[in-house]
Amino acid sequence: MRVLVIEDDKDVAAYLVKGLQECDHVVDHTIDGKDGLLLAASESYDIMIIDRMLPSMDGLTIIKTVRATGNQTPILILSALGDVDDRVEGLRGGGDDYLTKPFSFTELLARMDALLRRGSTQSEQVTSLSVADLEMDLLARTVKRGAQKIDLQPREFRLLEYLMRHAGQVVTRTMLLEQVWDYHFDPQTNVIDVHISRLRSKIDKGFEKPLLQTVRGAGYILSENS
Amino acid sequence: MKLVSLLRTSSFQLALVYMVLFATSVFILLGFIYWATAGYMTEQTDETIEAEIIGLAEQYKRQGVNGLISVLRERVSRDPNGKSLYLFTARDHIKLAGNLSKWPEKAQVQDGWVNFELNEDIGWQGNTHAARARIFVVQGGMQLLVGRDVHDLMTVKRLIERAINWGMGITLALALIGGIMMSRSTAKRIEVINQISRKIMAGNLSLRIPRRGTGDDFDQLAENLNQMLDRIVQLMDGIRHVSDNIAHDLRTPLTRLRNQLEGALVSVEREEDRDQIAVAVSEADQLLATFNALLRIARLETGGKVVKPESLNLSQLIDDAAELYEALAEDKSQRFKIDVQENVWVSGDKDLLFQVACNLIDNAIKYTPEDGGILVLLSENKDDVLFQVTDSGIGIPEYEREKVFQRFYRVAKSRSLPGNGLGLSMVAAVIAMHKGDIALSDSEPGLTVSVTLPK
Repeated sequence: MRVLVIEDDKDVAAYLVKGLQECDHVVDHTIDGKDGLLLAASESYDIMIIDRMLPSMDGLTIIKTVRATGNQTPILILSALGDVDDRVEGLRGGGDDYLTKPFSFTELLARMDALLRRGSTQSEQVTSLSVADLEMDLLARTVKRGAQKIDLQPREFRLLEYLMRHAGQVVTRTMLLEQVWDYHFDPQTNVIDVHISRLRSKIDKGFEKPLLQTVRGAGYILSENS
Repeated sequence: MKLVSLLRTSSFQLALVYMVLFATSVFILLGFIYWATAGYMTEQTDETIEAEIIGLAEQYKRQGVNGLISVLRERVSRDPNGKSLYLFTARDHIKLAGNLSKWPEKAQVQDGWVNFELNEDIGWQGNTHAARARIFVVQGGMQLLVGRDVHDLMTVKRLIERAINWGMGITLALALIGGIMMSRSTAKRIEVINQISRKIMAGNLSLRIPRRGTGDDFDQLAENLNQMLDRIVQLMDGIRHVSDNIAHDLRTPLTRLRNQLEGALVSVEREEDRDQIAVAVSEADQLLATFNALLRIARLETGGKVVKPESLNLSQLIDDAAELYEALAEDKSQRFKIDVQENVWVSGDKDLLFQVACNLIDNAIKYTPEDGGILVLLSENKDDVLFQVTDSGIGIPEYEREKVFQRFYRVAKSRSLPGNGLGLSMVAAVIAMHKGDIALSDSEPGLTVSVTLPK
């Protein structure tokens, strides 16, 4: 994948570029806002990672300009400004996701993957999802594993839906809170783990092959290869 | 101010002491005037009597008893007002000459000074008059009484006595009124200082004691107290800043450390090593969470952030929070009850209020033993809404209830449980930002947290 990184903090940038390259991404990096906008407009990228505070041009302005030209490349905003207001402003400005510095690399990768996946599936209207023998009918709102019907609470359904839409990708706890519960907050306890383990007992219990796995230090993954 | 509390003030007591001193001096002064005047007038009377006696004695020496009698007659006729009193008697007080008809009853001495009362009509009309006289024996049983009517002297004495009484009374009354007025104005100013101090102690550190601008001692006291408060605020800010700065500056290296550990988690081969690193990663995550919470609280408290007048469905929000945590309660076999009134709307920040609900419900679950009970309640009143979380857990002793809102404060009984001591500080900061109110009370056993938010 081709990734554009516009970030003026040298440490963060070096760390980002190195990490992304290790994950087999092709990375272009610039520290300047105007240069960044030029690259974003002229080259074709799969995803852009843009810092908010940049020399010569503000990150939000770059995003608005890029969007104004009809460019729909997924954009991940990176910022030291972590307030909800800043977040909302960034997302309204055209960003697809917002990550507050300092961030964990796993979180960044997980969010990047989610954005890339969304980019590729957004166009087609899916009515059903499936991972191995787990099937979800989005219209009838039913879930089956093999021949067995699984009863889920509405929230569990949304949780599983999100996991299935991002099957094979690491999904972090924060992403789940934001996407499934739709709140941006700090959950004191690992309350998400409790919900995951409930879901797991419903979809994996009694089946030979577990699908929902915990990725240590990162989050969860729904995948058929353990 | 109540009279009783006014009487207890030090300024009034001071005024009282001053009043007593002042009254005593007035009393001594008037007493002296009385003593001096009365003494002088008595002396004058005595001298007049003495002079008359000397004259009479000479007549007696020259012309004997008969001469004395004729002189007395002459003198009596010369004094129709009866200012001078004379009585010359033979044995057994038989009158020989003089203007008194009979020997006064009280004057039963042979020789010396007497004071008595006169009922006779000599020159005046009817009244009883006071008199002073000298009596002595002339010869054999004959006695002579020479005196003066001291009615005027008595009148003057009475006048002075009356002046003393009234003077004392007026002095005391004036001093009392003055004392009350003086102490009331002082007490009022002190009461202002007291009231503001109480409010400041209750937590409103931005208040200052007003000054009159006259630069008097009260103004100086107010100025000093205000400066002391400024200093306290400065120190508190300093402490807060230090902790916030530490959190801020340590966040980046800590994240780097966490990322490196995470990298190691992937590259390390052995399962046991991976376990250990995973533990280290989660420790780092917890530290980061603490730092983030601290910084968020700092931003909420100092950022002067205003809640956007954005209407949100609090019922929905509380339901979501309860649903999120209900699973946790079920895992601890706790009875989890929700009593949420539908369609309660408030204006506020959705994510922050959700954080409040989560922190409170999470605390309730955490500090309630297995098989305990938790009740989440939301109701709408006329002017505000009430969000209440009640548990049957370990509760918070009354003396610790104020402290739990301080950062990093943890109730003694709960220190063994996981937590960073920031949850309630965060709640308090968010509630304050929404101009709401939070109160802790005993739910016997357990704790009730009541949050009121304006509509």
